[in-house]
Amino acid sequence: METKDALVLLANSNGVSGQENNLHKVIIELFESLVDEVEVDSLGNLIFYKKSTNKSDFKLMLAAHMDEIGLIVNKIEENGFLRFSEVGGIDKKTLVGQEVLVHGKETILGIIGTKPPHMMSNEEQEKSIKIEDMIIDTGFNKEEVEKIVKIGDFITIRREAIVLENERISGKSMDDRVGVVVLYDIAKRLQTLKHNIDVYFVCTVQEELTMSGGMTSTYKINPDIGIAIDVGFGYTPELKRNQTLLMGHGPGIALGGNIDSSLRNKIINIAKELNIPYQINVVPGQTGTDARSIQITREGIPTLLISIPLRYMHTSVELVDLKDVSFTSILISEFIRTIGNKPEVINDIVEE
Amino acid sequence: MLLEKLTLANGVSGNEKEVRNLIYKEIIDFADYIKIDKIGNIIAYKKGKKKTDKKILFIAHMDEVGLIVTDIDENGFLKFSTVGGVDKRVLVSKTVKIGENKIPGVIGSKPIHLQKKSERNEAFELEDLYIDIGVDSRTDAEIKVNIGDYVAFDTKYEEFGNGCIKAKALDDRVGCSILIDLIKDENIEYDFYVAFSVMEEIGLVGAGPVAFNVKPDICVIVEGTLCYEMPNLDSHLMPTRLGYGPAISLIDRHTLYDFELREKTVSLAKQHNIPYQYRKTSSGGNDAGEIQVSGEGAKVLALSVPTRNIHSSSSIIKKDDYFNTLSLIKYLIPSICKEDK
Repeated sequence: METKDALVLLANSNGVSGQENNLHKVIIELFESLVDEVEVDSLGNLIFYKKSTNKSDFKLMLAAHMDEIGLIVNKIEENGFLRFSEVGGIDKKTLVGQEVLVHGKETILGIIGTKPPHMMSNEEQEKSIKIEDMIIDTGFNKEEVEKIVKIGDFITIRREAIVLENERISGKSMDDRVGVVVLYDIAKRLQTLKHNIDVYFVCTVQEELTMSGGMTSTYKINPDIGIAIDVGFGYTPELKRNQTLLMGHGPGIALGGNIDSSLRNKIINIAKELNIPYQINVVPGQTGTDARSIQITREGIPTLLISIPLRYMHTSVELVDLKDVSFTSILISEFIRTIGNKPEVINDIVEE
Repeated sequence: MLLEKLTLANGVSGNEKEVRNLIYKEIIDFADYIKIDKIGNIIAYKKGKKKTDKKILFIAHMDEVGLIVTDIDENGFLKFSTVGGVDKRVLVSKTVKIGENKIPGVIGSKPIHLQKKSERNEAFELEDLYIDIGVDSRTDAEIKVNIGDYVAFDTKYEEFGNGCIKAKALDDRVGCSILIDLIKDENIEYDFYVAFSVMEEIGLVGAGPVAFNVKPDICVIVEGTLCYEMPNLDSHLMPTRLGYGPAISLIDRHTLYDFELREKTVSLAKQHNIPYQYRKTSSGGNDAGEIQVSGEGAKVLALSVPTRNIHSSSSIIKKDDYFNTLSLIKYLIPSICKEDK
């Protein structure tokens, strides 16, 4: 499948943190012909194993999280409206008037309603609307909706991805389905690229909430190197330049305590040699990504974090540039190709 | 339903062309007389089998609330103003269509991770919002869009729930659709006029010229109106309720509705077992405000289909309310016209 189509397909698929099994089928179908083994672990992580061209005992883990932020039903009102709370860092300001899908016995459409502005004081109109003042309207009364929906059912924001100018794509859950698509793109490239290490493509669960998928999958695989592929704040005028990445200018390579500096230098050198655009993304503290989970698993694992620039993070119009997807997968594929064997990397680390 | 085509057409106030063309084509074969006036209103006349001295006009407005591009910045982002009453809080995290070529764009927002604590509880200011079409410069943006382009919400028409419809611009394409159904009905006994007005949402602009032209004795405004039923709210604070039938207006910011006309409407509804409700708020307003005082004046009645999330990207109506409003109108015509005969 074309990378662009895969991105639209995955962004339009639904899997709130904790309900990623909804995504298993569509993601496995993408990867299974490209890898040697497919595994679903006990938390629901998807692990795709691609053997090295020659026999190797060196393991690289690439991780992107497949879960998305969303909502969960917590009450059904007398008139049939649903009440809800957040799953993950959702911005309540993005919810008003939003269409959602309620994943009950069947998946049904809902629209988030609130008090109309005519009935609010001027002061009230300047405030963001609280979650407790919102309802989900499914067009059913209580009796009807209770046949389909129960407390605890997950809700996803509904948005079909759209293609904008310059091959930029906007939709929900680009964070981090775009990372999953980078993994897919790398897997495609590895079909024709000789590599001397084993590669594990991991689509992790629950990154938005507990980061537990990254921990358990890393424990299981026990890789020599881990690379988390996630998203970084794309530049828009209201943001500071030093907090952000420019769209279309290549992936952000993170620099900070979460990142192994020799690996970072290695990947930067590859980018320079091959003229692959990249940006430096300074993160002095915890990255809040699977890179953190990978780094501190077992006795510690050298880790990289590669971020795809993404605008409007945690809204339903998250925007990415397909050029950045290509740059990222080319860069990581080259990294995979040029890592020869275990001693070479160990030496690098010792030299630092 | 025709309502699908009507709501997918874009007609932000002042730019009703696409909607007007659609309605014109739809009714031309059914009207005995049709004209588009100098500011873009459609006025049509339909003869009945019987003559009447009463001039009855039914009116619905073609326009919808939306946005207009006011500037393109050096990074290619589009700044905009609202056209009509749009709550700034419904704009964030939405997709839109810009201009005649319907260029897709998105309205994003500062990521929650980078908002200060105080920012999290404040609504985004309109002047801080912008539309992103994917370009990086003003020059690239200007190939696709221009200052002055109208912007409409990008919402699908869908039927859902128990007989509900979700779409944009249901205020007042629902009224337009009912009046199109009315004029297509060949069994209405008496003559009547139908008008589709422009620019209602920016101050009842079209209705005055329509009334001047038609000089109606009686005018029935057919609208989509406020519907809000938050839980634990006393029913008197709910302007209308979904599925409870056409809402009969009592009073709003512009109009005191004719007492006898609404009493007659209520008794007709009772007689024919059509559910009805009163519109229980005095806020808002519609074309009645202009028509009531045009020329020597006209008696006005407003019948509305309750519309949840009005003036936002995804409004909701119930089909039963639509058909009950249409039925009530059909009973109303002979009832008004017979009177003097």
